[in-house]
Amino acid sequence: MSQAVIACEEIGKQYRIGQRERYKTLREAITETMAAPFRRLGSALRLSKGEAANGHATIWALKGVSFEIQQGEVVGVIGRNGAGKSTLLKVLSRITEPTEGHARIRGRLSSLLEVGTGFHPELTGRENVYLNGAILGMSRAEIARKFDEIVAFAEIDEFIDTPVKRYSSGMYVRLAFAVAAHMETEVLLVDEVLAVGDAAFQKKCLGKMGEVTKKGRTVLFVSHSMPSIQRLCGRALLLDEGLLVADGRVDKVIERYLACNTAQEFVATFNGEQPQITRASAKWTQQEGIRLEVAFASPFRLRPPLLGISMYDVMGSPVWGTNARFDPQATLPDSMTAGTITVEICTEPLRSDTYYFSLWLADQFQDYCSLERVLSVEVGGGSDDVWRPPRSFIGNVRLDTRWQYEPAHA
Amino acid sequence: MPVEQLETSKSSALPTGQAVCPELATGPGACTEIRPAHGWTPLVLRDLWNYRELLFFLIWRDVKVRYKQTALGVAWAVIQPLFTMVVFSIFFGHLGKIPSDGLPYPLFTYCALLPWQLFSHALTECSNSVVSNERLITKVYFPRLVIPIAAVLAGLVDFSIAFTILIGMMLYYGVGVSWAVLTLPGFVLLAIATALAVGLWLSALNVQYRDVRYTLFFLVQVWLFLTPVAYPSSMIPPQWRALYGLNPMAGVVESFRWALLGKAESPGVMLLVSIGAVALILAGGLYYFRRMEKSFADVV
Repeated sequence: MSQAVIACEEIGKQYRIGQRERYKTLREAITETMAAPFRRLGSALRLSKGEAANGHATIWALKGVSFEIQQGEVVGVIGRNGAGKSTLLKVLSRITEPTEGHARIRGRLSSLLEVGTGFHPELTGRENVYLNGAILGMSRAEIARKFDEIVAFAEIDEFIDTPVKRYSSGMYVRLAFAVAAHMETEVLLVDEVLAVGDAAFQKKCLGKMGEVTKKGRTVLFVSHSMPSIQRLCGRALLLDEGLLVADGRVDKVIERYLACNTAQEFVATFNGEQPQITRASAKWTQQEGIRLEVAFASPFRLRPPLLGISMYDVMGSPVWGTNARFDPQATLPDSMTAGTITVEICTEPLRSDTYYFSLWLADQFQDYCSLERVLSVEVGGGSDDVWRPPRSFIGNVRLDTRWQYEPAHA
Repeated sequence: MPVEQLETSKSSALPTGQAVCPELATGPGACTEIRPAHGWTPLVLRDLWNYRELLFFLIWRDVKVRYKQTALGVAWAVIQPLFTMVVFSIFFGHLGKIPSDGLPYPLFTYCALLPWQLFSHALTECSNSVVSNERLITKVYFPRLVIPIAAVLAGLVDFSIAFTILIGMMLYYGVGVSWAVLTLPGFVLLAIATALAVGLWLSALNVQYRDVRYTLFFLVQVWLFLTPVAYPSSMIPPQWRALYGLNPMAGVVESFRWALLGKAESPGVMLLVSIGAVALILAGGLYYFRRMEKSFADVV
């Protein structure tokens, strides 16, 4: 038997499409019950099991997912929306049962899939701390011991005896996170909960999470924020359409994730409803740097058509960005309905790596079309290619440097 | 599709077996297996016991929240049975001349209304409990049985408050208490068990079939007429009494009158039939609930 804290073997979870949206009525149930013997006969005869047999389309939210996590590992789970990240956490926290496969978890597990689960608006902050703590699996003694710490962390001392329905949303979230952050279990599953709250509090939460992970607890952390994943996790799992597609060092997996989301070229058909980017491509050559070509079309004249650009590195951090309106190099036409905008970007100061572009199309009044991380481009040929320490140490740009060594005077 | 292994680094992981915090050291007993369950799942009462504090907090929440932002507050717990008693006394007792086994009719019916309202409220709350706690169920794990049990037990608080009125009425009418009053907790328990037994079925059904919500109202009304609240069970021909006892609340209500008001005839056979019926429905409800609970988070 392996000593892994979390061991998953071929976990699969099947959902019926539409199952969550509609409840059956009794009439349907009765008809279904009448049909059941025939259905059973059908599946016994190995007529397609599952799908066609009960007249529902099904999807696998997770399929054949296997991995092991050792004690003290902090593992990020990344993937697009609907890739199965949250389902994985729900299966591991026993909220829902897997359709197939099995998992073993050693030690006490707590999951934080939502901030403030079970908070009752009519109860005071103090009462909610106890209630929420109990829901998350803390004992009353444990909560009482940490109560002051929780209140201090949430920064709401004077409102602790006010019903939470009178709280601002920021206070609510702070208190809710504070309770969850003070749980002491061996295994912690966290879903995208840091996306709430203001920037300062998010930072505080990240700090607390970092502290938590240093205590030797095992953490599985779902997030869309690559910098958070990068900062907290040593390892990452990449899910795509329910399959585990990559597992390994966090920077490699993030790189892989960002790469599989983008292409060198983007094409869309113009639907005639509102201004739209119809084609976009980015190419890099040693001589010209990056050549970005963006074609657009609009049902009315854009006065003037404006293009916004953001460029990201493999970690998902912005490197640079501009907007036709504010860029002194851009010469703007008065108006246009369709056309192509070409932007040449000098990449001389950039280290060789993959970079990603987000694009926006707008006129002087509003944004019409925004494409997140739609293009990727390979920038190469730098003189420092031989020596490639991690980007997290040396950043993305090369700056001109002058070096001088002077021996000390004897 | 093979999983791409991207330079797995073990550096972030601690050597296995090395507990960093002593309080986090995991014993071999703390191992959770997750696998799809097939067919009937066993009752895990031990799990329920581990979550007793959550049970307590959920009851406490229900009680605390119930009369928040109402003008009359906890007085509602008394007003409801009291007014029902007045209406029953006027229409059934005074105008309808329904016999009351020689007891003053208001006392006769109030004594029955107490367990009845305990039961009907507990049943209603319990049936809706799983659906109304959807947020908890889809976000946190705990034994799902905690929810209907908490919903039923929360009704005991209202019951205790309304009970004080009964004591007042007994003093007013000069009804003395006999040793039989000591059996009362048993009958309260039976009323609770009946509500839980039926409520378990309905709460699990409610997750999938929202028809339950609309059926419930009629069910409770019809059940009230099948229970000797406004009339004595002595109106039922003796040969049918045992069958009548299949309604567990009939046994409960008659036992209440017997224990508190010292009615001569003890419920006897009827009570035994009632207990048997509850035991059967409860056992069925527990297993049905356990069987359905694994899909709650997906369907609710």
